[in-house]
Amino acid sequence: MAKITLSGLAHSYLPAPKSDEDFALKELNHVWDDGQAYALLGSSGCGKSTLLNIISGLLIPSQGRVLFNDRDVTEAPTAERNIAQVFQFPVVYDTMTVRQNLAFPLQNRGANAKYVAERVNQIAQMIGMEAELDRKARGLTADAKQKISLGRGMVREDVNALLFDEPLTVIDPHMKWQLRTQLKELHHEFGHTMIYVTHDQTEALTFADKVVVMSEGRVVQIGTPQDLFERPEHTFVGYFIGSPGMNLIPADVRGSRAIVAGSEVALGRSYGEPDGKVELGVRPEFVRFAPEGEGLSARIKRVEDVGRHKIVRLEFGEHDINAVMSEEEDLPSGSAFIRFDPVGINIYSNDWRVQPQGGQVQ
Amino acid sequence: MTLRLENVSKIVGSETHIHPTDIELEKGTMNVLLGPTLSGKTSLMRLMAGLDQPSSGRVHWDGRDVTGMRVQDRKVAMVYQQFINYPSMSVYENIASPLRLLGVDKSEIDRRVKETAALMKLTPMLDRKPLELSGGQQQRCALARALVKNAGLVLLDEPLANLDYKLREELREEIPRIFEESGAIFVYATTEPEEALLLGGKTATLWEGRVTQFGPTTSVYRRPVDATTARVFSDPPMNFLDIVKSGSTISFGDGQSAPAAGALSGLADGSYRAGFRPNHLDLEPHAGDTLEFNARLSVTEITGSETFIHLDHHGERWVGLVHGVRDLKRGAPIQVYLDPAHAYVFGEDGALVAAASSATGV
Amino acid sequence: MNKTVNQKAWFLVLPVLVLVAFSAVIPLMTVVNYSVQDTFGNNVFFPAGLEWFRDTLQSDRMWASLGRQIMFSAIILAIEVPLGIFVALNMPKKGAWVSVCLVLMSLPLLIPWNVVGTIWQIFGRVDIGLFGYLMAQLGIDYNYTQDALDAWFTLVIMDVWHWTSLVALLAYAGLQSIPDAYYQAAKIDQASRWKVFRYIELPKMQGVLLIAILLRFMDSFMIYTEPFVVTGGGPGSATNFLSIDLVKVALGQMDLGPAAAYSIMYFLVVLLISWVFYTVMTNIDKRGGA
Repeated sequence: MAKITLSGLAHSYLPAPKSDEDFALKELNHVWDDGQAYALLGSSGCGKSTLLNIISGLLIPSQGRVLFNDRDVTEAPTAERNIAQVFQFPVVYDTMTVRQNLAFPLQNRGANAKYVAERVNQIAQMIGMEAELDRKARGLTADAKQKISLGRGMVREDVNALLFDEPLTVIDPHMKWQLRTQLKELHHEFGHTMIYVTHDQTEALTFADKVVVMSEGRVVQIGTPQDLFERPEHTFVGYFIGSPGMNLIPADVRGSRAIVAGSEVALGRSYGEPDGKVELGVRPEFVRFAPEGEGLSARIKRVEDVGRHKIVRLEFGEHDINAVMSEEEDLPSGSAFIRFDPVGINIYSNDWRVQPQGGQVQ
Repeated sequence: MTLRLENVSKIVGSETHIHPTDIELEKGTMNVLLGPTLSGKTSLMRLMAGLDQPSSGRVHWDGRDVTGMRVQDRKVAMVYQQFINYPSMSVYENIASPLRLLGVDKSEIDRRVKETAALMKLTPMLDRKPLELSGGQQQRCALARALVKNAGLVLLDEPLANLDYKLREELREEIPRIFEESGAIFVYATTEPEEALLLGGKTATLWEGRVTQFGPTTSVYRRPVDATTARVFSDPPMNFLDIVKSGSTISFGDGQSAPAAGALSGLADGSYRAGFRPNHLDLEPHAGDTLEFNARLSVTEITGSETFIHLDHHGERWVGLVHGVRDLKRGAPIQVYLDPAHAYVFGEDGALVAAASSATGV
Repeated sequence: MNKTVNQKAWFLVLPVLVLVAFSAVIPLMTVVNYSVQDTFGNNVFFPAGLEWFRDTLQSDRMWASLGRQIMFSAIILAIEVPLGIFVALNMPKKGAWVSVCLVLMSLPLLIPWNVVGTIWQIFGRVDIGLFGYLMAQLGIDYNYTQDALDAWFTLVIMDVWHWTSLVALLAYAGLQSIPDAYYQAAKIDQASRWKVFRYIELPKMQGVLLIAILLRFMDSFMIYTEPFVVTGGGPGSATNFLSIDLVKVALGQMDLGPAAAYSIMYFLVVLLISWVFYTVMTNIDKRGGA
């Protein structure tokens, strides 16, 4: 197990990168603490796979260093880094049995037979494949094959880090729940440093202690799921996390009050007078209905019943905003009055969050 | 315009892919086929399209028997999980291709292509080749091709499965709007319950080649006819509890008992299986009737605003979804509560005996 | 996936059936016809029963040819398949060199059989051939027209030169279809080069290798033009393969009946061995899946 340090790391697939745009991964300094579970979250092409490949040693960065504990491994080949990786599509050795597949990484490192047998049985039990141990891997379902891949990743106890590259893509929703909780339990049990790449916010948030949100080759925020939800540092995080994402409305901010679409909103804290493109961000979960005549006037366009809650699509001035209401809540129809819970309000200037004056509000 | 399957089944070799099914789809409706992988969604679609011939039963289109008629002679369009476009043609030519095959005249083609492109937000990309577009745009192009020919029946087989989470969200919001404008019969296969709810319309749940229920989406969600349907239509999966009703009390677990309330009160004495969704499990007791369970906490997952709690209740795996971010101790005993108004009761054969009393008005 | 049942589809197959009938079935029937009759010329035929088959089966010459033929196929398969795989493994995976390699490798495949034969016939000659000359310079006593071993050596080298590319190209196609993730996983698992080959590359190449082996077997088992041009079956009858022998019987001696019986048995042997190959190799596949 190891602490992984990225210092001044950047990568371009072009031989002579000139501008910032040429970099698939823009300069990044970060320390991955030993034994933590991280998620790298972003849409396709955001640089998350590039970063993962640099850590696993499949790619040598154009600049910067990668340190495992205090050892510089920037140019070390994958095999020397002592990591395990699980890929998007199951990678199994078809002609081997499930048992041989699980034992493979241990045998290649010359582990003794008794230990291998014990460890394989232990892993098989964890992934729930004891019954299939002596079957050939070929001919198993995609679910089962991916479980073997996960098991092979987990079989070595001494790995520096466990990397996952969208490992649940091919898995059915019901099975996803099971595998994800199993991963989580394994993390608690063995305390490996884990890095999990995904575009799926639910997977990222539920898996990780800390989530690294990436957009266009840049890390825009690193934080706990709660941070990302309550205090998105960048409008991209507001949009990308949450379903639907954060509502963003152009605002004119004066201290602790803002004018949005001609109405005044209390912010609960003072933001001074931010300049540039100023927006008020509020998640649909913090939009509430207000009694008749109070708050902001809006019109309900559509209500989507998604079971455990309802998504209300509203028209507020010339803006579309979303609100999330609980299953039981009675909704007004047509025109409605809404308010924003000050706890959930963030102010953005040129897409970056403005720190309120006088500390955090509770 | 209606599509009616009458006692249609599909048997291949010794395997039954689709058990005899009766289903009637009406003009201008969105019909979701919901079920896990290999539950028969694609097989059923192929029978509807005429790509496969049923082993028994008839297919009627607008009252006319079309069993055995070639796909080419039916007005059917299909969109797949993979983005299927002609790579060497421009987006414009791709969208125009079905019309050219029908021999529509030039000015009419031009008008319809532009109209459809506008609807699918493809107007700026008409001159580009599909492979130069993002995944979301490629799938929009495929959708446009399906829509442009005004097919009476549009089949969508997990069209968003290969897209990033956020793009999926965007298209998912647009698809119901687009379909309202086209007036065709839409059939949409998905593995995700949330997607079915977002799309609205009607839902048919599938399990092992059988349509277990077909009706308005929210009504199938709130009043599942049996335990299988409830399980298929619940993500995270529904929790189950074996109960014995005797007089005015129910007993469960290791000799726990509680007064029978909610849907439980009207039951005849006997054994049942109660089911309830994760979001109805709470960490605090409710005012009024409440059921208390002693469970063990295995894992928690935090989404930022909510916490999934994975429980072990006398050997049954349960999942709870509670508001807020909770810091709970793994492996510790924990008390969870359920308002009996949210409990469904199934008989020992799995059929619904009593729906949750909270699920009224649907 | 299952397809629509449509009986009309049979009509689409009809032209092919007619073509095959004219190109294969009818000539084959003629041969069958000859094989059970005897003639003294003038188009007068007598039924001969299974006599020609019996004669052929008792002919030492036929058995010797069959032995040589099997030996030849075995040798070239033993060389070309491993060599082809080896070449494929060492070909570049991407970049500009890929197309250069592919073109270079396909060149021998584009040369007609008799030209290949002529090339080697000249190339190997001691008097004017470069190869023969080089061998002489190296002090090796080499003469394919005199020495049986040298003749075999020349034919084998020629076939390897002509056809290894085919195996290599097929194996290369198989290798190209392996996703990168497999190699990455193998690195992470610290698998040795041999294990990567044994557990990733070989299993993934299995399908194309089956095709390669079948093609190379059938082709080498029926080889005619090249040895005919180079050695004409000699020296003596050292390279008298089945096909060469058959032509000698049919055209050299004009024994149409025995030649026809010979042909039919030849055909059956090829069919039988191909079937055995195919069954064995697909069974390996199935055993893997069980």
